[in-house]
Amino acid sequence: MTEAAITVEEVRKRYGGTNGRNALDRLDLTVARGTVHAVLGPNGAGKTTLIRILSTLLRPDSGRVEVAGHDVVREAYRVRRSIGLLGQHAAVDEELGGHQNLEMFGRLHHLGARPARQRADALLERFGLAGTGRKPVRQYSGGMRRRLDLAASLITEPDVLFLDEPTTGLDPRGRAEVWAAVRSLVGGGTTVLLTTQYLEEADQLADRIAVVDDGRVVADGTADRLKALTGGDRIDVVLRDAGALGAAVALLPVPKDDVSVDGDRRLLSAPVTDRMAALAGVVRALEEAGIEAEDIVLRRPTLDEVFLHLTGGPERAKETV
Amino acid sequence: MSTPAHALTDSWTMTRRELAHWARQPVPVAVGLLFPVMLLLMFGYLVGGGRGVGGAYLDYLMPGMLALTMAFGLEGTMIAVTRDLDKGLIDRFRSMPMANGAVLVGRSVADMIQSTLGVLVLTAVGLALGWRPDGGPAGFLGALGLLLLFRFAMLWIGIHLALVAGKPEMVQAVQILVWPVGFLSNAIAAPESMPGWLATLVEWNPLSRTATAVRDLYAGAGTDHVLAAVVWPLALLAVFFPLAVRRFARLSR
Repeated sequence: MTEAAITVEEVRKRYGGTNGRNALDRLDLTVARGTVHAVLGPNGAGKTTLIRILSTLLRPDSGRVEVAGHDVVREAYRVRRSIGLLGQHAAVDEELGGHQNLEMFGRLHHLGARPARQRADALLERFGLAGTGRKPVRQYSGGMRRRLDLAASLITEPDVLFLDEPTTGLDPRGRAEVWAAVRSLVGGGTTVLLTTQYLEEADQLADRIAVVDDGRVVADGTADRLKALTGGDRIDVVLRDAGALGAAVALLPVPKDDVSVDGDRRLLSAPVTDRMAALAGVVRALEEAGIEAEDIVLRRPTLDEVFLHLTGGPERAKETV
Repeated sequence: MSTPAHALTDSWTMTRRELAHWARQPVPVAVGLLFPVMLLLMFGYLVGGGRGVGGAYLDYLMPGMLALTMAFGLEGTMIAVTRDLDKGLIDRFRSMPMANGAVLVGRSVADMIQSTLGVLVLTAVGLALGWRPDGGPAGFLGALGLLLLFRFAMLWIGIHLALVAGKPEMVQAVQILVWPVGFLSNAIAAPESMPGWLATLVEWNPLSRTATAVRDLYAGAGTDHVLAAVVWPLALLAVFFPLAVRRFARLSR
């Protein structure tokens, strides 16, 4: 087995004393060195708490956490020398220029004045910010700011990089920029742990995905395995007449219990394994039964559906998603 | 652990950051330095001399305005710290292998430099307006020391309040409170002219203690009040310095 870059064992964290809320509830997670691991979950699942514990910002109440071979509580200083952190908000000095920011972070990593300046130059170049290094960061676009933030977390080529919802709040272009930057890191030996609310993002960037809900890991595996767990792709059928919903359910190529019915939207939704065969089959069956469809779509499962599947039942899903 | 040498260089890096802010944005710094000047002109000329103070009102007002400026410095400290907290910058610093206290030390040094500048600017304006303190260089330096000691106490109250409040929105609430506390002092009017209960309140205000001692030092009128002006800020520091440091360490709770 590959050596672990991150080991989380039975970690608990509760906010607000004994009557508080469990943010993490005996969470376990192992991330192999040199891989990208996504932590996927809704708001309040404990993703940020996990990142804050891993990056020494927060102490766990109990359990064991090791990052790059060091205990996050007892050897916080060593952990800090091995990690880079990209928090939820771009944590850079808005009043200073990009270059000034990176030079400051370089000095705080004790690179020395000259190497800190050189490192700042190199990182600005690498993240396509070379021309804007003198401008104050508050004049940067969201994507530029995020790239500078990412550059700041890579001052010392960290062994382990934490990205807390790196693309939340970015427009599609900014998101693509950040994805490209993260991909460029992979292969350099850096271990990346990123949190996200988007299944697509986890799918695009990660080798493995841990699904977190209510402070626990409810599933952990490759994207393919998770998709298989959630029934892979889905077919959505919108009917012209809500009265035909019942009859149409029986025509779908899956057990009746797997079909979700939304009467208000005249919508049927079901998991499918063979996309094209399912599409052709459904179109033919509806035609033969004389049921008129307004729309038929093949799509990936949404995060809601992943959760429905992994956490069991729409009642719970409603609470958490 | 990080070494003592790192503690020094990290603190210097954090101080440089603040100095770079001033270079980037000279206008707010200038406004900050000139605001007390405006207050001085307003109280000296607009509101006028009376106020139950014997002698030249400027001799009374100048030390008061200097002490008041130190008190209002609390706001600036609090704004800067809450802003860094809110932007996640303090988290980034805490996740780096730097000396833990450097964030607060850098803040302190930069604020003290700015307040020293503030004293010098206000003093220069006072001298230009005809203020002629009799205390000589010794009185001037002694007064500067007491003013900065008071500012240092305000600084740590500001850091503590910022760490408690956490959000920039809370700063406004504190700002609203700082003003009455600042003016409930003998900075601009002598307590002899006030009703008895108010006079007592005003005399107990640490700001009044500093203002009184500084007045004496500038006037060369002895050092009777200096002890109180040393003890009060030290007492405030004894409370708020450990509270602020503990609060900072507890960010990881």
